[in-house]
Amino acid sequence: MTLLSIQNLTVEYPGRKATFTAVRDVTLTLERGEILGLVGESGAGKSTIGTAIMGLLDRPGHVAGGRILLDGTDTTSIPDLLGARVSMIFQDPLTSLNPLYTVGQQLVETLRTHHRLTPPEARGKAVDLLDQVGIREPETRVDQYPHQFSGGMRQRVVIALALCSDPDLIIADEPTTALDVSVQAQILDLLCNLVKERGVGVILVTHDMGVIAQTADRVAVMYHGEVVEEGPTQQIIHAPRHAYTQSLLAAVPRGDRKLDRFPSLSYAPIGADVQTAPDLSLTSTWLRSKAPDVGTGASTKPLLSVKGLGIRFLTKNAILPRNRRYVDAVKGVTFDIARGEVLGLVGESGSGKSTVARMIAGIHPPDTGQILFDGQDIAARQGSHDRQALRRQIQMIFQDPFSSLNPRMRVRDIVAEPIHHNRLAGSGAETQKIVGDLLTIVGLGAAAGDRFPHEFSGGQRQRISIARALATRPRFLICDEPTSALDVSIQAQILNLLKDLRDALDLTVLFISHDLPVVRQMCDRVAVMQKGQICELSETERLFETPQNAYTQELIDLMPSLGPA
Amino acid sequence: MTPEQRPNLFLRAYDSDAGYKFRRSPLTVLAGLILVLMIGAAMLAPWIAPFDPFDKASIDLFNALIPPAWQSGGDPAFLLGTDDQGRDLFSTILYGTRTSVFVGAISVALAVCAGVTFGLIAGYFGGLVDAVIMRIVDIQMTFPAIMVALLIDGVTRSFMTRDQHSEMAIVVIIIAMALSIWPQVARTVRASTMVEKSREYVLAAQVIGRGSGAILARHILPNVMGPVLVIATINLGVAILGEATLSFLGLGIPAGEPSLGTLIRIGNDFIFSGERWMLIYPGLTLALLVLSVNLLGDWLRDVLDPKLR
Repeated sequence: MTLLSIQNLTVEYPGRKATFTAVRDVTLTLERGEILGLVGESGAGKSTIGTAIMGLLDRPGHVAGGRILLDGTDTTSIPDLLGARVSMIFQDPLTSLNPLYTVGQQLVETLRTHHRLTPPEARGKAVDLLDQVGIREPETRVDQYPHQFSGGMRQRVVIALALCSDPDLIIADEPTTALDVSVQAQILDLLCNLVKERGVGVILVTHDMGVIAQTADRVAVMYHGEVVEEGPTQQIIHAPRHAYTQSLLAAVPRGDRKLDRFPSLSYAPIGADVQTAPDLSLTSTWLRSKAPDVGTGASTKPLLSVKGLGIRFLTKNAILPRNRRYVDAVKGVTFDIARGEVLGLVGESGSGKSTVARMIAGIHPPDTGQILFDGQDIAARQGSHDRQALRRQIQMIFQDPFSSLNPRMRVRDIVAEPIHHNRLAGSGAETQKIVGDLLTIVGLGAAAGDRFPHEFSGGQRQRISIARALATRPRFLICDEPTSALDVSIQAQILNLLKDLRDALDLTVLFISHDLPVVRQMCDRVAVMQKGQICELSETERLFETPQNAYTQELIDLMPSLGPA
Repeated sequence: MTPEQRPNLFLRAYDSDAGYKFRRSPLTVLAGLILVLMIGAAMLAPWIAPFDPFDKASIDLFNALIPPAWQSGGDPAFLLGTDDQGRDLFSTILYGTRTSVFVGAISVALAVCAGVTFGLIAGYFGGLVDAVIMRIVDIQMTFPAIMVALLIDGVTRSFMTRDQHSEMAIVVIIIAMALSIWPQVARTVRASTMVEKSREYVLAAQVIGRGSGAILARHILPNVMGPVLVIATINLGVAILGEATLSFLGLGIPAGEPSLGTLIRIGNDFIFSGERWMLIYPGLTLALLVLSVNLLGDWLRDVLDPKLR
C-alpha cells in the first residue's frame, strides 16, 4: 500500500494585500523504502510541502485544498503523527540539537516518549542507534554534548534522533546543505542504507541536483509552487521533458570538463520579466578610462604576490600573555597571481580561505608574511596614504547578498560610496552618471538606484555588490564565494557576468569557492587549502585530471556529479 | 521610480507595515490619540489655559479649595476646581504636564545621545575601550535614579544660594534621569553594534577604505537605531514618572512651580481633608500619559522586532 499520498495539495499564505499560493495543486505519492526527491529553487514551495505534511505550517499559512494521506488515513486525524509516524531532519545540525543536554539525554528522552523503556534500556537503545548511524565508540560519545561533535557527526545524531520513534516517513529538508562535500557523501549513503533496511519512506527536499542524482529513486521538480515534472531520477536527469527542468540541469556547473560559458537556458514563463543581457562594449564608459595613478600594465611581474602569509586568532583570552591560547587560522601561505589571471582558492569550511581573502583586502592585518601588490608591500602600510591608493585597486565581492548591502541606504548611495570616498568624480552629477553606467553594466539599469536593497532578489543584490566593487575601477577583484547563496540558474548568470567583466576590464581575480565544478569553470589556476595551508597549487585542468595531493584527490572524487552524461 | 508614483509621506506612512499595525490595534490608536491630545494641550498651555498659574495677580486666595465644576459648591470658571492657593487646577495641570513632558523628553534625548555614542564606540572597537565603558555602565546601573538625584541635589545645595538652587532644580532632575537611562541605551547599542559590525556591508565599507568614524555614522548607526527608538519611547514614560517621583519627594521642581509631581505632592496633603480632586486629576493625568507612552512603545517594539514580523 502506498505510504504517503498527497492529493491536489494547495497551501496558501493570506497576506495583507494578496494571498500567496506557496503550493498549487500538487499530487505526489511515496512508497515504503523509497526516496522521493523534491527539487526546485528557493521559493518553489518544496519545504512548504514538508511542513504541510507535518501540520506545522507557519500561521497564517494553511492548507487551502487537497488531502494528505498516510497509509490511507488523513494526516489531520492521526493523533501521534509528529514524532511517532513522521520525523524530520533539518538543514542545520547546529541548531537542531539542544546544546545544554548530552546527545544521550536527548536520545533517551525521545526514545522514552515513544516506547515503554526503562532508562537503562533506553540508553542501550541510544547506543545502538548511534552505532547504526556510524558513530564510532558510541559508548563514550553518547555522554558527550553536541558541541563536541563535528558538523557531519551532529547530522548523524540528528538522523539517530529521527529514527528513535521508528517512523514510517522521514522528511529531510536540505540535510546536507550545511555540510562539506566529503561529509555530504557519507550522510547521503547512510540515509540511503537506512531507508532500504528499515523500509522507511523519505522525502528529500533539496536545491542540489547532484544530491538528487546520488540518492533519490524518483524526483519531482517544482517551480513556483507547482510540480512541473515528475519521474524516475535517471529519466529526469538524462531526458528531462519540461523546459524548466532542462534549464535547471543545464545551469548546474559541470565538474568533468571546462566550458567557455555557462549555458544559461533561461526559463521564463509568460509574464515574467526577462533580464536582457547587459551591453559590455565598455569602450566609451568611465570604467575603461584608467585612473591616473594606475601603473603600466606591461610588467611581467605578478600583480599580487603573497609570501609566507600567516595569522592566528585568540581562542582563549587571559590577562597573562603566556596563558593565552591561539589557533593558526592561516600559516605560511605563498602564491602569485599573474596579471589577468583567475586564481581559484578552494577548501572546506574552516580551511582559512576567507581569512586569506580578508587579509589581502585589508580587513585583517596579517601577523606574519608579506602581501606584495604591484611590487609594494601592502600588509606593512597600515593606514598610510599610499596604501589608500593601492587599496582602491583591490575590491571584494562578498558571499551573502543579504548582508553585504546596507539595508538603510539606497542602491545609488551604496554604489556611489566608493566614488565619494576616493573623490573619483568631480561633481554630484558626474557621480550619478557613473553610478547609472555601473548599474547598467551589471544588468540592472540606472533606475535601480532609487530603490533599497530589500526590493531586490539575491542575484540582483549580488549584481549591486559587483557594481560597488567596480566603482573604484579596481585591477584586482576578490570574489569570496560569490554564488554559494544563490540558486543555480542565478549562479550561472552571475558567473557569466563575472567572466565577461573580467575579459572586458582585464581584471585579475582571486576566486574563492568550496564548489569544485564552479572553480573548474572559472579559474586558470587553483590552490587547494586545508587547515590553513596550501596543499596543492597547479593549472586547473592538471589539478582536476591528475591531482597530486591525497586530499585534493579525495575532494575531486567526492565532487557531486549528475552521472555520465 | 518617478516622483508622481511616490505617494506623499502621510499616505506612505499610512500604507506601511507600521501604519497597518497601528490601525489594526484600537488600543494603540487610542493611546496615540490621547498622547497627541495631552502633549498638544501641554505645549499650547499658555494659549489655552484659562488662568496663568505663574501670574500672581490672577490668583486669589478667596478662590482656594473650590471643588470641580460639577460638584456642589463648584464654580464653572474653575473646571477641575482649585488648589489651596486658589490656582485653577485645570490650568496648573496643563502647565504641569508641560514641565513633566519637557523634563522627560530632554533627559531621554540626553541619555540617547550619550548611550548611542558610547555604545557604538564600545561595540565597534572592543577590547580595552569596551571594557572601560562597560564597567562605567555597570557602576552607573547600580545607582538608582533617586540616589543620583539626591547626590547631585546635595552637592548643588552646598555651594549655591537657595534661589540659585531652585532655579537649578529642573537641571538636576534632567541630569539625574539622563544618568539613570543612558546605561540601558549604551548596552543595547553595544550589543547591536557587535552584531552589525561583523556583517558584510561593514566589511565592504572597510574594503572601500572608509574610516571608523564614517562606518559608525553612515553604516552602523542607522542600523542600530530601531531598538534605541523603542527604549527611548519606553524610557520617556520612565523619565516622566521619575520626575514626578522626585518632585513628589521634594527633590525636584520647587513646589511653587507646577509639575505633575509637585501637584500630586500638594494633593497628597489634602487627601484626608476631603479635597480629593487635588490628588485625583493630576494623578490621572500622569497615569494616562505614562500608559499611553508605554502602549506606543510596545507597538513600536512589535513593529521593529523582526522576529515578530
